[in-house]
Amino acid sequence: MIVPRKKLTFWERLFLPAFWAGFKVTWRHFVNTLFRRRNAAVVTAGGYYPEVPWTVKEGYRGAPYLVKDQEGRTKCVSCQLCEFVCPPKAIKITPPGPEVDPTTGNVEKRPKEFEINMLRCIFCGFCQEVCPEEAIFLMKDYSLNGQSREEMIYNMEKLLALGGVHQDPIMKWKKKALEAQKQEVFNPERKE
Amino acid sequence: MPEAKPDQSATPPPATVEKIKIKVDGREVEVPRLMPDWTGKLVPTTMLQACKLAGVEVPHYCYHPLLPVAGNCRMCLVEFGVPMIGPDRKPLLNDKGEPIIQRSTLPYEPGTPRGAIACATPISPGMEIYPSSPATKQMRESVLEFLLANHPLDCPICDQAGECKLQEYALDHGRAESAFRETKVHKPKQVDLGPRIMLDDERCILCTRCIRFTRDIAGDDALGIINRGGYNTLTAYPGRQFDNNYTLNTVDICPVGALTSKDFRFKMRVWFLKETKSICTSCGTGCNIIISSRENVIYRYTPRENMAVNKCWMCDAGRLNYKWIGRPDRLREVLGPGGQKSDWSKVIPEISGRLRAAPAGSVAMVISARQTVEELYLLRVLANKLGAITDAVPRVGQPDYLLVHADKNPNSNGVRLMGLCGDEMGANMRRMAEGIAAGAIRTLIVIGEDVTRCGLGPELLAKLETLVVSDILPNETTRRAHYVLPGCAHAEKRGSFISAKGRWQRFWKAVEPPGQARPEMEWLGELAHNLAGENSFASVEALFNHLSREVPALGGVRWEQLGDTGVDVKI
Repeated sequence: MIVPRKKLTFWERLFLPAFWAGFKVTWRHFVNTLFRRRNAAVVTAGGYYPEVPWTVKEGYRGAPYLVKDQEGRTKCVSCQLCEFVCPPKAIKITPPGPEVDPTTGNVEKRPKEFEINMLRCIFCGFCQEVCPEEAIFLMKDYSLNGQSREEMIYNMEKLLALGGVHQDPIMKWKKKALEAQKQEVFNPERKE
Repeated sequence: MPEAKPDQSATPPPATVEKIKIKVDGREVEVPRLMPDWTGKLVPTTMLQACKLAGVEVPHYCYHPLLPVAGNCRMCLVEFGVPMIGPDRKPLLNDKGEPIIQRSTLPYEPGTPRGAIACATPISPGMEIYPSSPATKQMRESVLEFLLANHPLDCPICDQAGECKLQEYALDHGRAESAFRETKVHKPKQVDLGPRIMLDDERCILCTRCIRFTRDIAGDDALGIINRGGYNTLTAYPGRQFDNNYTLNTVDICPVGALTSKDFRFKMRVWFLKETKSICTSCGTGCNIIISSRENVIYRYTPRENMAVNKCWMCDAGRLNYKWIGRPDRLREVLGPGGQKSDWSKVIPEISGRLRAAPAGSVAMVISARQTVEELYLLRVLANKLGAITDAVPRVGQPDYLLVHADKNPNSNGVRLMGLCGDEMGANMRRMAEGIAAGAIRTLIVIGEDVTRCGLGPELLAKLETLVVSDILPNETTRRAHYVLPGCAHAEKRGSFISAKGRWQRFWKAVEPPGQARPEMEWLGELAHNLAGENSFASVEALFNHLSREVPALGGVRWEQLGDTGVDVKI
């Protein structure tokens, strides 16, 4: 695809309008600080971070964490779609293997290990978008620190603890179990 | 998936078969009147086969080119028309002199198109098939809606996701929303059908491919469907298990994720797997396989279609014979005398020197019929130069009537064609033992075999001056070796095998070998170069083409001629 490059107008080629526009901002902050005693940081992006944490706006894309449902189940079923879709390859899932886990009820599958390398994560939100089980969400955490690289690889335990409980109105697995149970009761062959 | 490719299964029979003209989507095509069915017998061509020949794919679940036709999934319903016949049994013609085509309609409702299942309806001259007409599309949509009425949307946890025909056809031919508002029927999940098969009844679409496979191909009538209506369930015969040696093929041919392999279940998603064309090494049949691996770990073997060798099938034993490749106790270091860690660059000149100094006739070689033809050729060059006595170790097992061969070596014919064993494989071992005991044989080269198990006991090995052993896993012989050279499994190198029936087939590298292990061809090539002045070959292809010319029985076949399915060699 060839994108035609627009020619700058004479006015734009002067660069003076752009310079004055930029200088206006600098001047405004200078005047504000000098006469109105207001710090530029407060009215622009940063705030008094880190003393006063920044209040995150609605829809902000922070760190991705795993969530549990109301019954304390890990919602993730290890379908590995997030691992597949993740552009920087930050997610690594270890599937459970063929053994049947009696503790998971009617959920056949859950990850054995789930790791996100927060140093690689670019907070694009593809994992949340692609997740068919609504098990991973980008939360509001933006300040992720660690002493070492290993510390920045969050494992399943940590991700679940940080993610907390998701108030899920669908309750897929509970609904499935109830439906199956109802059919057991409604069995024309069964002798009462 | 070993689903037969259209061009393979729909290969037109010999020209002697009469051809008839039909129309597919309004395009006139000439197709043979008779085509081979799953047994190879010539039977009237079906609409599905005719469409395949015309280059139009008709979706299907229960139809499989290598299984008897059942015609129960209804997915291949197509609208069609036949020439209208007059009272004189001649086609009626319109004003332009063309035959009038009567579209199939419901008998009690002449305005409504009526489909026919393409997999079981034979074609007739002048017939017109409409695989992309609006009525056909509507039929497909309705069939899919019906199949999905009770099918759970388990895609995130289902192993078939990524190779599921239901998923694929629902995308291509289905409708976005289902009209069914009722609760889905819940059937048993995680049903243990046999030692290697787990059944999820909810996902079963009752195509009966598994039943027909096990009854008609494997000859073990173990499966059937019980109950009627919404509670139809697939089950094994009461009191029996589905446990023949071919059960895992049903997992491949299951178009949905109802039958799952207990071995592969939940281990990896199929879209992550890298597929490598290879050959099974469990017996002399040489079944064509696909090795699925990810990040240097092999996850499964699946059969690859080769109508000349294994068709679409493969035995369970061969399929599960991959776990040893990733074993943690693999030999991964080159060891010199006294068990010291060494290096290829140090060890190979040392061995060359020792072999050069060895008097003629004082060297023996025990090789494995699991080595590739290329490696065997280099060994033959070495053996001829050193005047060595050579032999391979025979392995015999129980054959069966379908695929399993009694010869458990994948390349016995390679050894024979290279002249590396006597008329009877293993007959030279006694001579070798006598030679070592008498002190005539001072050097022994062992490739991929544990000789302590076949006549050369530890006390004999202790008498040797030099014992060079190359192997994959540690054993008694590697523990007593002066030089241990870590080798590669077939999945870790390229090469070719000649099967028990004389099929010469090549295979490709799927994973990297561990540690210092490297393909035997490399160091054998160096030895052959050092000792016999043999050209050192940079690639498998070059060596292959060279040996194919050198060995008369192989007839100068070139590497690329083998293709994916191999060539027959006279044995």
